[in-house]
Amino acid sequence: MPENRTPTSPASSRGLRYWWRLLLDRVVTVLTVLCAVLVLAPLVAIFAYLVYRGIGALNWAFLTQTPKPVGELGGGMANAMVGSAIILGIASVIGVPLGIGSGIFLAEHGNQRFAQLVRFTADVLNGVPSIVTGIAVYSLVVLQQKHFSGFAGGVALGIMMVPTITRTTEEMLLMVPNIVREASLGLGIPRWRTTLSVVLRTATSGVITGIMLAFARVAGETAPLLFTAFGNQFWSLKLNQPMAALPLQIYVYAISPFDDWHRQAWAGALMLIVLIVGAVAAVRVATSRGMVRGAA
Amino acid sequence: MGVGMEARNLNAWFGPAQVLHGISMDMAANQVTAIIGPSGCGKSTFIRCLNRLHETVPGARVEGKVQVGGNDIYGRSVPAVEVRRRVGMVFQKPNPFPTMSIYDNVAAGLKLNGFRNRRELDQIVEHSLCQAALWDEVKDQVKKKSGASLSGGQQQRLCIARALAVAPEVLLMDEPCSALDPISTSKIEELVFELKKDYTVVIVTHNMQQASRVADFTGFFLLGYLVEFDRTERVFTNPADKRTEDYVTGRFG
Repeated sequence: MPENRTPTSPASSRGLRYWWRLLLDRVVTVLTVLCAVLVLAPLVAIFAYLVYRGIGALNWAFLTQTPKPVGELGGGMANAMVGSAIILGIASVIGVPLGIGSGIFLAEHGNQRFAQLVRFTADVLNGVPSIVTGIAVYSLVVLQQKHFSGFAGGVALGIMMVPTITRTTEEMLLMVPNIVREASLGLGIPRWRTTLSVVLRTATSGVITGIMLAFARVAGETAPLLFTAFGNQFWSLKLNQPMAALPLQIYVYAISPFDDWHRQAWAGALMLIVLIVGAVAAVRVATSRGMVRGAA
Repeated sequence: MGVGMEARNLNAWFGPAQVLHGISMDMAANQVTAIIGPSGCGKSTFIRCLNRLHETVPGARVEGKVQVGGNDIYGRSVPAVEVRRRVGMVFQKPNPFPTMSIYDNVAAGLKLNGFRNRRELDQIVEHSLCQAALWDEVKDQVKKKSGASLSGGQQQRLCIARALAVAPEVLLMDEPCSALDPISTSKIEELVFELKKDYTVVIVTHNMQQASRVADFTGFFLLGYLVEFDRTERVFTNPADKRTEDYVTGRFG
């Protein structure tokens, strides 16, 4: 019992200070719980409202069909969901290796002047508005190809993923204690092997968190896709053609004057959230397998 | 079998600060050599020069000669990774690879250097864990349990097994017991006694009783100089240098 730790103040003679400390303890506890609730509230509210507005338009047709022409009821966003998956796949193929690679560079060779430059650039890139990235990719990729494309959308989102992944990878690798590196080097394992198979492996779960943060952030981006993937009302899996994406479809439907499209926009928003959460959860489950018991 | 090791006029620096001054010392094959001395006297730096780990610290530098079984490990064409496979190391703080199982920890040195024969690997892992007196305690869960989930003393024996798995000729131990309780410490000391049949052991210790218990030879370091080096009983009972006598009798340090 914690009260017994101070034998000089028995229970009967607890002074004012004791009650004051007790009160303070309770007040601060309540305040922190309140903060936690306040953080959770918007998330719950957004999700609940999405379900409320979106669940009505969510049906099999919505999940399997392409949009119907203006005036016809029904149709769905299947092409947009697949398009989003493809664009995010391209973005990840570009962003993840680049981000991890530069993160490794910063963590393991971070004292050079060039590393300072890379770190600064990553931070600036992180602050660039997404629409600016979209315009840049528009002039660098779309204008060269002479048409909008899913590939250009993937490039835009991939560029946006890089700085987040870079900096989280760096932070996670720096958290690996130096004695782990020395243990590996001391076994005669070469430096590059040590970095990849020991240091990176030790930091895996943190690095994956960074990747998932970056992924979830760009998955909902609309602005950089406006001038790149452009959107598409039909099935198109060609990477060099305009491609549909969920955020774009939601945007187009939400600003339309038709009630049916509004309902579909809500359903699309709900699906976007569900798919992002699903993807993040799936990666978490997949990567937590194969971990040994009791690992840090 | 262990091989002898000789340091000749070894100097080491961290940046501009010289921390070792002309150390010359022989470490006899299949014997335990202890290195004692107050904190900051260069003990750890010295043994980190013996497997070329010192040079991995940014700004650190070494000059001089270290021979392992007659080969100069600082020779121009000798790769550092080759040296570290021949000269294993156990660190002050137990440092198992945290996300690896017990098995993977022990197998790491071989696996990550491209060793692929699984059956032979199984044997080596079991043999190394037996040598480190850990096998009986962990044999049921070597592949399931993480190295980091073991107790401190077990982790240190795991690190010893990991070092032995790559079949070194010399084993360097940098205060291997300083983070352990007395029971784990005596286990490691018994182990050191066993290990010298097969390996040459160099052990850094803060604990003079430990040095007198396990070591055949003892070197006393002070401020980066080797003050005295002799058979252990001589260093502790009849030292030649006044400073050694003061240190081992507890008058300073």
